[in-house]
Amino acid sequence: MRSLGNIRRSFAPWSDANAKAMISIRNVTKRFGDFTAVDNLSLDIYEREFFALLGASGCGKSTLLRMLAGFETPNEGAILLDGVDLTGVPPYRRPLNMMFQSYALFPHMTVADNVGFGLKQEKMAKPAIAERVAQMLKLVKMSEFAGRKPHQLSGGQRQRVALARALAKQPKVLLLDEPLGALDKKLREETQFELTDLQYDLGLTFVVVTHDQEEAMTMADRIAVMDAGQIRQVATPAEVYEAPNSRFVADFIGSINLFDGEVTRSDAALTELQSPEGFALRMVDGQSRGIGSDLTLGLRPEKIAVTHTKPNSGVNAVEGEVWDLAYLGDMSIFHVKLDSGKIIKASVVNASRSGSEVFTYHDRVWLSFAEDAGVVLER
Amino acid sequence: MGAAARRWLLIAIPYLWLLIFFLVPFFLVFKISFSQTNIAIPPYLPVFEWTDGFAVWMEKLRQLSLDNYLWLTEDPLYFNAYLSSLKIAFVSTALALAIGYPLAYGMARAPAHWRPLLVMLVILPFWTSFLIRVYAWIGILRREGLLNQFLQWLGVIDQPLTIINTDIAVYIGIVYSYLPFMVLPLYAALERMDESLIEAAQDLGCTRLAAFWKITFPLSLPGIVAGCMLVFIPAVGEFVIPDLLGGSDTLMIGRTLWVEFFSNRDWPVASAVATLLLLILVVPIVIFQYYQARTREAETR
Repeated sequence: MRSLGNIRRSFAPWSDANAKAMISIRNVTKRFGDFTAVDNLSLDIYEREFFALLGASGCGKSTLLRMLAGFETPNEGAILLDGVDLTGVPPYRRPLNMMFQSYALFPHMTVADNVGFGLKQEKMAKPAIAERVAQMLKLVKMSEFAGRKPHQLSGGQRQRVALARALAKQPKVLLLDEPLGALDKKLREETQFELTDLQYDLGLTFVVVTHDQEEAMTMADRIAVMDAGQIRQVATPAEVYEAPNSRFVADFIGSINLFDGEVTRSDAALTELQSPEGFALRMVDGQSRGIGSDLTLGLRPEKIAVTHTKPNSGVNAVEGEVWDLAYLGDMSIFHVKLDSGKIIKASVVNASRSGSEVFTYHDRVWLSFAEDAGVVLER
Repeated sequence: MGAAARRWLLIAIPYLWLLIFFLVPFFLVFKISFSQTNIAIPPYLPVFEWTDGFAVWMEKLRQLSLDNYLWLTEDPLYFNAYLSSLKIAFVSTALALAIGYPLAYGMARAPAHWRPLLVMLVILPFWTSFLIRVYAWIGILRREGLLNQFLQWLGVIDQPLTIINTDIAVYIGIVYSYLPFMVLPLYAALERMDESLIEAAQDLGCTRLAAFWKITFPLSLPGIVAGCMLVFIPAVGEFVIPDLLGGSDTLMIGRTLWVEFFSNRDWPVASAVATLLLLILVVPIVIFQYYQARTREAETR
């Protein structure tokens, strides 16, 4: 496989045929009445992996997490941890811990008692509990708040206590349900990196549920994109973004322009589409497609160049009118209306402080892109 | 009118209400408790008149004495009545808690769309007069009553049980009558509790039962205290239930009070009994207020 994006991962047990999965979800189905929340789903998660279940609300990601924790029992299928079937094992005997979306801190206990709660259930000796609690609070930088009650803490501080509590029993796997959902944007961005650092340093396996694709892409080694109880694609963030396997995934992750077309020429190197708008699209595809078959080209906004003059090559270029634009600081967004009426989104990075080319509403502009900029999607 | 004046007016209304309908009557009773009986209308001495003038008032004030309170300590009847009232109220409260807690817990765990109906069912008995409901228990508990007929029909007993006119009937009556006051605050405390707290406890190694004792129970304590006070306080002074369901030997202070007031027409002693009852009840009321304030404080922070 070609490398995608500009980040190379040295950690990739999923592409190693000899690696054994830590968590093995096998043909799991969960129904609530007539509603099928998780539909015949299979998935392998490896040790030390930061794995994200990503999807819109109601896609079954939380149900899957709750089945891992033991709060829901699958109707069919099995969940294995290190080869041991977890079916019928109650939550309190599973070597996994969960961090709840609401944090679920016990309001009548201090921060230290919350963090030490799980250890007390294990009948750990008091001095050992105190030591571990201090260590955990130090880890999440909450040492000076040990004597506080949860209602005396801010949202970010509660999140840290919840994390410390879930980590205190040193679980094999930590399950996180929308861990950053209740934090404001700036704190969320800081915490994303802290969580990945923590996960790496402790050498733990994290399974996180989120609806926020940016959060999933920042933190996870691999992302499972879920829809209607099924997994649509499991891949690294770069693969999910640059090589989505379907229109659904391409549309769900980031924003994308979709061009439908008919194959006019195809070989192992290049495929050419004729779009109904009347222009030819040529792209690197890597496989030979049947002449006359219908395909879709997916093109991310940042891979489109916007110019006043027609590009020299004349290939993969189309003319249109600036319909909408927005200056966002780091980049500018263009909505360009083609003569066919189709709106194309393009984003341009503002690399210099004064733009080399200045655009305004109703300018005639050319949109162009490289032959390897788009992704071919089957319809 | 300024904002400050309006605020003071708003605060003054409930205090004025309490002053007129609680504090003034209490002081009248308090004053009578220091008087002497007299066969007249009103049946006590001295009676203060507006037209008396200062000198006569001072003279009449000197006639007030602690005799009635001393009398309460001399006759063991009163001490026994207080003690028996406290015992009956305490046992009734414990029974109401034992029945009410599982009931409230079940209600709070019921599907959300069922809960309003369940709450209404708890409140429903209030739509019928309290007196009629207690009377209805006579029909159920008497020797030829519904309960005895049912038990005999089942073959559990050969001879009808004597329940009516015993302390057991009083317990049944009090628990039945005051159960909603136990259930509602408990339900309120349990219903707003986040289910994920129990899941978190289980996740950290608690069985469901351990999670209940470590999380659910301590968090429902304010509800338990509120429910117990709402049952205990009125139960101590209860008159109707022991009078209708209790036997001649069921000793409760509410009944003693009634006998002093209406049978013996001894208003001064009855007033002393009432004043002392209030003092006994002040302790649990203060505990109740303390817990209420603490809960409110924890919620607003």
